[in-house]
Amino acid sequence: MSTPTLAVFKLASCDGCQLTLLDCEDELLALAGKVEIAHFLEATSAVAPGPYDLSLVEGSVTTPGDAERVRSIRAASRHLVTIGACATAGGIQALRNFADVNEYRRTVYAHPEYISTLATSTPVSAHVDVDFELRGCPIDRRQLLEVITAFLAGRKPDIPNHSVCFECKRRGTVCVTVAHGTPCLGPVTHAGCGALCPAYQRGCFGCFGPSGSVNLPALIPLLRNGGASRSDSGKGGGGRRAGGLDEDAVMRFLHTFNAAAFDKELRK
Amino acid sequence: MTHRGSRVLHVGSLSRVEGEGALRLHVHDGTVTEARLEIYEPPRFFEAFLRGRAYTEPPDITARVCGICPVAYQMSACAAIEDACGVTVDPVIRDLRRLLYCGEWIESHALHIYLLHAPDFLGRTSAIDLARTHRAEVERGLRLKKAGNALMELLGGRAVHPVNVRLGGFHRAPTRNELRPLAEELKRALDDAWETVRWVAGLDFPDAHTDADLLALAAPDTYAIESGTTAFLRADGTTGSFPLRDFTDRVTETHVAHSTALHSRLDGRLHLTGPLARFAVGGHLLSPVALQAAVEAGLGDPREGAVCRNPYRSILVRAVETVYAVDEALRITEAYEPPARPYTEVPPVAGVGHGATEAPRGLLYHRYEIDADGIVTSASLVPPTAQNQGAIEDDLRRLAQRAISEHDPDDAELTALCERAIRNHDPCISCSTHFLDLTVVRTSGDTPRDFSGGCDA
Ligand code: SF4
Ligand code: SF4
Repeated sequence: MSTPTLAVFKLASCDGCQLTLLDCEDELLALAGKVEIAHFLEATSAVAPGPYDLSLVEGSVTTPGDAERVRSIRAASRHLVTIGACATAGGIQALRNFADVNEYRRTVYAHPEYISTLATSTPVSAHVDVDFELRGCPIDRRQLLEVITAFLAGRKPDIPNHSVCFECKRRGTVCVTVAHGTPCLGPVTHAGCGALCPAYQRGCFGCFGPSGSVNLPALIPLLRNGGASRSDSGKGGGGRRAGGLDEDAVMRFLHTFNAAAFDKELRK
Repeated sequence: MTHRGSRVLHVGSLSRVEGEGALRLHVHDGTVTEARLEIYEPPRFFEAFLRGRAYTEPPDITARVCGICPVAYQMSACAAIEDACGVTVDPVIRDLRRLLYCGEWIESHALHIYLLHAPDFLGRTSAIDLARTHRAEVERGLRLKKAGNALMELLGGRAVHPVNVRLGGFHRAPTRNELRPLAEELKRALDDAWETVRWVAGLDFPDAHTDADLLALAAPDTYAIESGTTAFLRADGTTGSFPLRDFTDRVTETHVAHSTALHSRLDGRLHLTGPLARFAVGGHLLSPVALQAAVEAGLGDPREGAVCRNPYRSILVRAVETVYAVDEALRITEAYEPPARPYTEVPPVAGVGHGATEAPRGLLYHRYEIDADGIVTSASLVPPTAQNQGAIEDDLRRLAQRAISEHDPDDAELTALCERAIRNHDPCISCSTHFLDLTVVRTSGDTPRDFSGGCDA
C-alpha cells in the first residue's frame, strides 16, 4: 500500500486549529513519516494534487468562493474531517448570522462594496458531507492525533460525546458553580479540553460547542440565579462573587465561538 | 506570461505564511510597475460584533483573530480596556503577563525560524523536508517551540487561545512549585536558543535594505513587550515618539495613487513594525546575554547604535529575541512570588482606552470605547501586518526590480524570490483586521479584474 496522503485546508478562521497540528512537536516528524503531507500551505510550499486520503478542513464558509472551494475539496478527498468550532459550527464569525451583514460591512470597511461576503457563516457540513467533526476553539491536540490515527487505521475515532462536567469530576476539580456561584456552561459543553477553565477557576464558556445530550433550557435559570450586576456578568467576570446573569448576559454567554450551534439548541 | 519584457506574475496561494494571501507582480518593459501582496482572507468582522459585548469579553474574543499570537490580542485588549477604566495592575501581575508573552514569543519565533523561514535559506519546501538533511536542527526547533508552548500551557491553560487571562490579570496565579519545573525546561531552551543563533548566523544572507520608518514600542528600562510608548526611527536617523492615544492620527490608512488599496502610513511614510523595528528602537535594552547573542549573530552592538535594515536578516533578530525571551522568562520565574490576588479589580468607566503591545510580528494596537455599564460601543484593531503591508510591497518591488535588471530571472525564480521576501516579514495574514486591498489590473486587457476581498479580523 502506498503512503496515505494528508491535506489541510483553511476557510474563514484564525489558523489556530491547523497550528495545533504543528504544535504536536513530539509527534510531528513521526507523523510525517507515516503520511505524505500533500497539501498544507501553512507548513509547506510543496503542493501535490489530490485525491487525498484524509483532508482536514479548518474554518467556516463565509464567501461564495469558499462555498465553491469546499465542494472541490470534498470531491478531492476520500475522508473529510472538519476541525474546530469554525468548521463545525460557523465559529465566532457566525455572529453575523444574528445581525445585518451589510451594516457590519459598513462598520469595518471604508469601501464596503469591495468586500465579498455571504450574509452567514456556516459550518462545512451545511455544504458537503463530512466524515467526522472535531470540536473545539481550538481543537485539542490529543484528540486531533486520535482522529488522524483512527482514520489512518481505518477505524472510528474514539472521541467521547459527554460534557465538560464529566471531565471536571474525573479531574477532581471542585465545581465552580456550586462552590463560587460562577456561571458555567460545563453541563452543556462537549468534552475534549479536559475541563480546562474550571481548573483555572473560571466558568466554561462553551468553546467546544454543545455536547451530545444537551438540555440547554434547563441550564438557563441556573445561569440567571444570583442576580449580580450587569458589569459583573460577562464571561470574564464572576468568579469571586456569586454571579447570576441578566437576560443580555445570558445571550452573550451563549453567543461566542459556537454561537450558531448553541442557538440551534436553544430553539429546540 | 513568460515574455520577458512585460509580464504579470500571479502566485495564487502563498505558502508558509500564516493566513491566506496571494502575490501579484506587474512588469512592464522591464520595469516593475506593481508589486502587490493580496489578502483574500474572508472578512470576519470582529470590530463590528465587538460592539454590544461586555467590556470583560474582548480578551477572549479577540484572541480568536489569530491562533499564532492570541496572547498579543489578549494583552493589547486588556491594556486598552484597563486604560479606559483608569486601572494599573500590580507589578507582580505585569511580570506574569510578560512571562506568558515570553511563551508566545518563544513559540512563535521558533515556529517562524524553523518551520516557515529557514527552509528558504536551505532550498527546502518545509521543515519536514528540511528534517531529511537537518534532523537535529529541526528537532531543536521543535523542542524550543515546545518550551514556549509549555510556558503558555502552564500560565494560560493552553497554547492556542489561553483561557487564564482576564481584565486586571489572571483567573488563577501559578504557585512557585508549579513554576519550578518550568525553570528546568527553560534552561535547556536557553541552550537551544543559543544554538539557534549560531545556526542562523551561518546562513547565507542576500543583500537587501529597507528605508521604511521603523516603528515599535519603547519602554523606559526594558525591551518592550507588553507595554510602552510608540517610538520610531526614520531612514535618515531621526527618532521620535508619540503617546498611544495619538496612534490613529499618526498611523493612518491612505489611498495609494493609481489604486484603491488602503495602506497604513506613519505620518504619510511607509513604516515597518516587528523584530527589525524593535531591535532598532530598543536593542540597547536587551539583557546582557541577548546583547552577547546579537554580537555573536553579527548584528553588531545596539548599544553602539547597531541597526539592522536587511529584511533577510530578520531571522537573526528573531533568534536573538528568542534568547532574550527565554532569559527573561527565566528571570521572572526565578524571582516569582505569587500575588495576594491574581487580578486587580477593573470596574467599568465610560470612556476610550488605547492599548498596544509587541506581538511577535510587530506592534498591535487596540482601541475601545465603553459606556458606563461596561458595554463596548466601538472597537478598532490595527494589527502588524496591516501596517507592514506597504513596506513589504516596497521591498518586493525593489527586490524584483533588481533581479530583473541584473539577470532577468524566469517566472519560477522570480516567484520564489518574491515569496521568500514576503516570508522575511512573517506576515500574519489572518490577523489583518481590517485591511482592504483591492487590486485592479489595469495594464493588460486579458487579465481578469482581481478581487482580493479584505481581511478583516
Ligand atoms: S475554531 Fe477557534 S481556534 Fe479553530 S480556527 Fe476557528 S477561531 Fe481559530
Ligand atoms: S470554555 Fe469550556 S470547553 Fe472551552 S476550554 Fe474552557 S472549559 Fe473547556
